[in-house]
Amino acid sequence: MALASAAGARMMRRTIYAHPSLFLVIGLLCLWQIAFWLVGRDALLPPLETILYLAGLLQTARFWGHIAETGTAFVIALAISVVAGLAIGLALGLNRMAAEVFEPFLLAGNSVPKIALYPIVLLIFGIGMPAKIAFGAIHGVVPVAIFTLTACSNVPPILFRAAAAMRLTRWDTIRSVLLPAALPDIFSGIRIGFSLTLIGTILGEMFGSQRGLGYLLMTAIGLQNIQVIMSVTLLLVLVAATVNTLLLAQDRRLRNPATPSQAP
Amino acid sequence: MDPQSPIHVSLRGVTKVFVSGLGRTHALGPIDIDLRRGEFFAVVGPSGCGKSTLLDVIAALTPPSQGAVTFEGRPIGNTVPDGVGVVFQENACFPWLNVADNITFGLRRQPVDKTEIEQRLQYALQLMGLQDFAHAFPSQLSGGMRQRVCIARTLVMQPRLILLDEPFGALDQQTRLLMGDELLRIWRATGATVLLITHALDEAAMLADRVAVMSARPGRILEVIETGWPRERDSQIVSVPEFGAITARLWTLLRAQSMQALRPEAV
Repeated sequence: MALASAAGARMMRRTIYAHPSLFLVIGLLCLWQIAFWLVGRDALLPPLETILYLAGLLQTARFWGHIAETGTAFVIALAISVVAGLAIGLALGLNRMAAEVFEPFLLAGNSVPKIALYPIVLLIFGIGMPAKIAFGAIHGVVPVAIFTLTACSNVPPILFRAAAAMRLTRWDTIRSVLLPAALPDIFSGIRIGFSLTLIGTILGEMFGSQRGLGYLLMTAIGLQNIQVIMSVTLLLVLVAATVNTLLLAQDRRLRNPATPSQAP
Repeated sequence: MDPQSPIHVSLRGVTKVFVSGLGRTHALGPIDIDLRRGEFFAVVGPSGCGKSTLLDVIAALTPPSQGAVTFEGRPIGNTVPDGVGVVFQENACFPWLNVADNITFGLRRQPVDKTEIEQRLQYALQLMGLQDFAHAFPSQLSGGMRQRVCIARTLVMQPRLILLDEPFGALDQQTRLLMGDELLRIWRATGATVLLITHALDEAAMLADRVAVMSARPGRILEVIETGWPRERDSQIVSVPEFGAITARLWTLLRAQSMQALRPEAV
């Protein structure tokens, strides 16, 4: 009996090591269920009911309209974050003098609570899509810029000496040495930028919008509609966690090019 | 070394002064040396004497403050001249490229056709014992193997002058001796002129035709010693009595300089 349970425990452990994320998800679902038992139906919905309610919502066109609204705002905000962040980060990364002048401003800008800027964003853009995009972008652009700048200055100087010894032109050095060498850190910046832009977009929708998932959350809070709150939150968590997992996997591949998928 | 060989590299009155916010540091010179075509020339000196700066100046990686460097009769400009290859002490492999792509990185930027690139790659892989690692990434290799990749990357460019800046400084003693043997083999196979910067006296004494001893900062050439080794030689030379005599001579010259370099005010 003891032997059998020991073997069972070993097999259990092996299964967990084989699929760590799967078991993390199962663990979180269990915690959720326990939290539901503790706080009750006034504050939470149990996992299964939430999933079923979300599945129901996903069959209505109106819900997809909200998703499309948030998705559009988010994709545009992310594009702005990445493009502007990369441009600022690379411009400063290629110019040490400019970097020394502007880096403190970037870091200061990053520590400003963005929500404090929200009234100004609303005054400039009014309620609607442009405000959400702007609010998402101001969350993402600074971290992408900071990561890109740091990535550029962290490239070992020996690589530039090697490039000079091989008579690379300045442009070729940027393209063929600086960018590939900095890419893993730049990609981490984009990954962080992704999460923060999503936060910014949803926040923007919560306070100055008449459509989108953030708006839906806010009205549900007003109506004490726990089902909608839980379903929308679950959807956001699922999307964010999935994309982040994919980005993280790509991040690891960039950091260690010797992984089987790329080595012949 | 045949003293009749033509002059390949020539330094005249070369000095280097670094200017920073803290003031001026006279790092090097004045230095006058001539390297003959095809010779193996080593430079030893106490730490901080400017020997790496000397290599940078010859490679045109940094301009001299005064004086002139000529390579094959032409003054060098502000880019590394064609025909000069440099190997550094630090790991200069590109971590995102595999061994083969690292080796051909510079070559692919030259007007050299594909079959020629492939031939030179295979030759360099074979010469450096890297045949089985062509598709490995630098992170999968030991320090010694990575340095071989860097040497191979220089060799495929078929340089006529190879500059090595303490290339084995980060390697253990046994690997250093073996790499020294390989370096001698490469030197004979390519017929290139080799300038080796090192702090290891035995390495200089074992490998070079001539060894220049540098003073503490500002680095000047104190003396140039001819080793008189035959062209066919390897690391077993360390057991020959002359090897001990040469190393002892180098150390006598260097001892006072090294102590000076260790004095706090010199740092």
